[in-house]
Amino acid sequence: MSMVIPFGPQHPVLPEPIQLRLSLQEERVTSALPVLGYIHRGLEKLAEEKDFQQDAYLVERVCGICSFIHSMCYCQGIEELMDLKVPPRAQYLRVVWSELHRMHSHLLATGLLADAFGFENLFMQLWRTREHVMDAMEYTTGARIMLGSCCIGGVRKDINEEQKKFVLDKLNTVEKDLKVLLPVLLEDYSVKKRLVGIGMLDQLTARERGAVGPTARGSGLAMDHRMTGYCAYGELGFEPVVENGCDSYARTQVRAGELLQSIDLVRRALDRLPDSELKVPFKGNPPAGEVVIRAEQPRGEVFYFLKSSGKDKLDRLRVRTPTFANLSPLLAMLTGCTLPDVAVIILSVDPCVSCTER
Amino acid sequence: MTKATAKSPWVVHFNCNSCNGCDIEFLACLTPMYDAERFGVVHVGNPKHADVLVVTGSVNHRNRRVLKNVYDQMPSPKVVVALGVCGATGGIFADCYNVLGGADQVIPVDVLVPGCPPRPEAILDGILKGVEILARKKIDTEVVPPEKTIKIVRPEPKPEPADESAKAVS
Repeated sequence: MSMVIPFGPQHPVLPEPIQLRLSLQEERVTSALPVLGYIHRGLEKLAEEKDFQQDAYLVERVCGICSFIHSMCYCQGIEELMDLKVPPRAQYLRVVWSELHRMHSHLLATGLLADAFGFENLFMQLWRTREHVMDAMEYTTGARIMLGSCCIGGVRKDINEEQKKFVLDKLNTVEKDLKVLLPVLLEDYSVKKRLVGIGMLDQLTARERGAVGPTARGSGLAMDHRMTGYCAYGELGFEPVVENGCDSYARTQVRAGELLQSIDLVRRALDRLPDSELKVPFKGNPPAGEVVIRAEQPRGEVFYFLKSSGKDKLDRLRVRTPTFANLSPLLAMLTGCTLPDVAVIILSVDPCVSCTER
Repeated sequence: MTKATAKSPWVVHFNCNSCNGCDIEFLACLTPMYDAERFGVVHVGNPKHADVLVVTGSVNHRNRRVLKNVYDQMPSPKVVVALGVCGATGGIFADCYNVLGGADQVIPVDVLVPGCPPRPEAILDGILKGVEILARKKIDTEVVPPEKTIKIVRPEPKPEPADESAKAVS
């Protein structure tokens, strides 16, 4: 007997409203249809009504989880349009805050994944560790989520010696915690039972359907925009974390690897922090032109299209977020899985619906 | 019964039109650092089990019906806590074409927690204020919803430029 089950928009495992209409044949999902629009606000249109400085704050609110990287990507776009040269210290500080954001996002995502397969203790422990990262962000910028520290031409805040020491202390604590938690996440018998072989996405499908971020890297595709060396990544020596398992377990492995890698990147960036001014002044309006700019978010590659006509406002702002790219691979993974695995598969992709719908 | 519910309020969370900032701060409230469970707060997925509805974000055309549904499914008496400036007025998105305004456009809101996003301490405080109101609702006292003091400030529309050509002719 076949039936259709609406999964969401209000569902215990989903922190955000998205609906998936699952067509079931007995226990197996035969097809899944996403229904979007529950958190569409119309941010892109609003960005055309605000000026360039205000837009930097506005795009931060595309998503509360990777807020800094959104505003950084937008600022990079305007800098490219105006041909501004960002001072090296600002580049390094941007890396520091981006990587702190990646760490808190990955801890959050793996925590929610643990909650989805019913391991509440692990969820709580991962989120306890995440608070150390939040403390580091709060101590350096004054805010936990919306940092507001990125501006066109550089950064608004500096990290002094005392703050640097605080961040490094917190990183040591996080690393110590992860040494205990990651083996549980990756080697526990029952966790493996819920993750290994679930949500298969082979390399060819991942490429064809345009997967990005840990979803692509878990399927053996070495795709990471940080490899191009934007900001200071080129000088910090970056190698992507790639796994070949193609399942939910491989994607979790990628996130676990990136957590440790981010700790290293922040340490290296803070260690080599060059002395220079924090920003170059942003004056006048950008010249008429279009620019496409990309950056690597915790969930994958974000894509900004900016069009300016030389006025004091943008003509068009377009955001293609990583979850939007990952929706199509997600539907491929869901086809053929059993109903109890649906929640695990959705969270193994780490969806951010508010990004997707803006 | 009254005492028991006030000692252990069950909370359901609905992300209405939020950017996730308030949602992750609300989830952080439940985890060991802030630990809402020490006040008896339990997070449930089913609105039919809940006493307190935590709404994040503003209301749009599409989720208006869903929010009303979630609220209607909760058994009375119930309390609504709206998180963040978006939940109060629409916040930074108030001028967007798809945003109708705060959560009070659809359902009665008892507590507004300001901030973008509010800190977990403020969220805990808001939920506990909601529980106080819930306890008063239980014993059938009239509870007046708070007067909304936050107003959306929109710039005045520019006056039409005087018609220069008409003047010249006259």
